[in-house]
Amino acid sequence: MSGFLSQFGEALPFFAQGVVITLELTILGAALSVVISFIFGLMALSQSVGVRFVSRVFVEFFRGTSLLVQMFWLFFALPLAGIQLVPVATGVIALGLNYGAYGSEVVRGGINAIPRAQWEATIALNMGRVQRMRRVILPQAVVGMIPPFGNWLIQLLKGTALVSLIGLADLTFETQAFRDATGNTVVAFTGALIIYFILAQIFAVLMSLLERRSKASIGQPMERRALGGLGWRLGGSEAA
Amino acid sequence: MIWDWNFALNEALPQMLGAFLKVTLLATILGSVVAMVLGLILALLRRSRIQLISRPTGWFIEFVRSTPLLVQLLFLFLVLPRVGITLPAFTIGIIGLGVHYATYTSEVYRAGIDGVPKGQWEAATALSLPPRRKWQDVILPQAIRNVLPALGNYVISMFKETPYLLAITVLDMVAIAKNIGSLNFKYLETFTIAGLIFLAASYPAAVLMRKLEIRLGH
Amino acid sequence: MVTEPTTNGNTTGKGQSAPDKMVRFDKVVKRFGDLVVLRELDFEVAPAEHVTLIGPSGSGKTTILRLLMTLEKINDGYIWVDGEPLWHMDQGGKLVPANEKYLRRMRPKMGMVFQQFNLFPNMKVLRNVTEAPIYSLGMSKDEAVQRGREILELVGLSDKVDSYPSQLSGGQQQRVAIARALAMNPKILLLDEVTSALDPELVAEVLNVLRDIAHTTEITILCVTHEMQFAKDISHRVMMFDHGQIVEYGPPEKIFSDPEHDRTKSFLRAVLEAR
Ligand SMILES: Nc1ncnc2c1ncn2[C@@H]1O[C@H](COP(=O)(O)OP(=O)(O)OP(=O)(O)O)[C@@H](O)[C@H]1O
Ligand SMILES: [Mg+2]
Repeated sequence: MSGFLSQFGEALPFFAQGVVITLELTILGAALSVVISFIFGLMALSQSVGVRFVSRVFVEFFRGTSLLVQMFWLFFALPLAGIQLVPVATGVIALGLNYGAYGSEVVRGGINAIPRAQWEATIALNMGRVQRMRRVILPQAVVGMIPPFGNWLIQLLKGTALVSLIGLADLTFETQAFRDATGNTVVAFTGALIIYFILAQIFAVLMSLLERRSKASIGQPMERRALGGLGWRLGGSEAA
Repeated sequence: MIWDWNFALNEALPQMLGAFLKVTLLATILGSVVAMVLGLILALLRRSRIQLISRPTGWFIEFVRSTPLLVQLLFLFLVLPRVGITLPAFTIGIIGLGVHYATYTSEVYRAGIDGVPKGQWEAATALSLPPRRKWQDVILPQAIRNVLPALGNYVISMFKETPYLLAITVLDMVAIAKNIGSLNFKYLETFTIAGLIFLAASYPAAVLMRKLEIRLGH
Repeated sequence: MVTEPTTNGNTTGKGQSAPDKMVRFDKVVKRFGDLVVLRELDFEVAPAEHVTLIGPSGSGKTTILRLLMTLEKINDGYIWVDGEPLWHMDQGGKLVPANEKYLRRMRPKMGMVFQQFNLFPNMKVLRNVTEAPIYSLGMSKDEAVQRGREILELVGLSDKVDSYPSQLSGGQQQRVAIARALAMNPKILLLDEVTSALDPELVAEVLNVLRDIAHTTEITILCVTHEMQFAKDISHRVMMFDHGQIVEYGPPEKIFSDPEHDRTKSFLRAVLEAR
């Protein structure tokens, strides 16, 4: 055991470097995918058939083609068409598009879950379309979106491991580098899995804090339940 | 832009379709079987009244769910031989996919089981059915029927993650795309075809699951 | 059966406004698919008049209020509000279907209180009341807040301005909803069974507020209710509907104690028995 710990200590510099890149990709990828989620989620609710169609095609396309294929396409094929992206951008864009496509369904579902009566109340108060969305519908809908977005954040964190396959030095990449340097396979991969697990738990706790805050901000009573941690997101519907 | 139709249709497509059928689809099918069976076992263990069983099962599920499939595959591929287990890469891939997705399907089963109305449990008890009959004839058929679309959606997800197997030297369709693309820089053709094949297979399947969902009245 | 009831003889013709009327339905038709809910319905409501609509379930009472609030589209005929067509706009002397811009100009004339309150759960009480005046009427924030507080005081909720709707009782929520509608300063108040979602002991506080408003303001009221005593207290006129047609109408004393029609009699008997 002490052997494992001291070897784990040796691996720490590798892990530390990798974690930085992994977090960077997770955060940037999440930011991009949230933006994309809202754009295409709102488009899916447009009154115009054309706009809805565009959103549908986007969502089905990026859900239907594998994340790894999208990443490889951006990394290997796009330069041949004359567009060269820096590797981090490749990773972020692929993650953002893929998870954004799923996220737009979350946005759409969240908005659709707001009762019709709320829309009618905004009409009776003569609100405009933008105001209605911004002040009444979205603030309520966002609360319902946070748990599924929390699931997606964990999925996205896991998805970042793929960037090691296009040469980005994330946690997975550094894990392999450490193994190649020392031959210590068990420590390398056990350590990596544990670190990913801890990161996921941290994100889970943060998201459940956010959920509680946002619930409080719309006056929903706080539930007295354990924060985050093991099993808090069980039952979420996700599919990577 | 340079798009070589001749290469795309006559070289890339046939080779990639071959790998798609022999590796990608096969891995999806076998991985799904593992995930469905193991997932059910995990779900039942998780429900166990003995905490020494249900707790660790819960931890295992949570751990596997929150760590990347890619790293799990590498772990199995590189660590198993160290402990004296040598298996073909493809088999390891099936195990990796199956175990990873079993942790998802176990939650689906659990939701399905919890969704069986209380009256059904009480009726089974009132008829004093032995536990085995109760589960096999009453609870599980209803539970599984209700969660079929959710299970199907995980199969589709797994299907799109089979290319991760290329990291452990399995020559799936995407690995082939990468290889023949690298020969003379024809990645544009090969990866575009790869994406379209995934789309052509997963989109109809997803539509089917949505239909099923509606039919089952979700 | 009375087909063209008006309060002062029927002189206004089709497609014309009635300047001295606050609301005028002119051969209004409303269908849901094959179901004709309103069949060429005519009636008028004078400014500051309080009209209660009664009638069996499905007779079209809610539909009338929802047409006025523009929550349902009209199929045929005209509705005039305050001398202007509601669902049509004048284009070179011809009435054409209204666009959203025109509807937005007309809507502030009406305020509606819903059966289920429909407060915005994400806003505190005061914001619920000031939101629309600020962002839809363009009132200044200070003015809206000041007015909001006044109106909340009127409905007896001064101490709840900083609560969220979820922290209030049903009766309090409904009073906020009334304040929210009044804050828009509408000419017409539409009340659709505003107490029927409330526990019995909370009904009185809401009705008292409404009685106050009815007796102290110049607002026109169209009200659907099963609270017969309340209807008697506030209405100038009661209209009995069945199948989207007016069966009879008159002052509440007359309709409630001495109705002409059998359908009114049996309806009133049923309502009384249900109490
Ligand atoms: N959105 C709709 N789609 C289809 N039918 C509808 C719709 N809204 C109302 N209806 C039908 O129109 C008829 C009149 O409904 P309305 O709600 O106006 O009746 P009401 O007099 O308010 O009844 P209640 O006393 O039950 O509230 C009913 O038969 C109802 O089923
Ligand atoms: Mg009604």
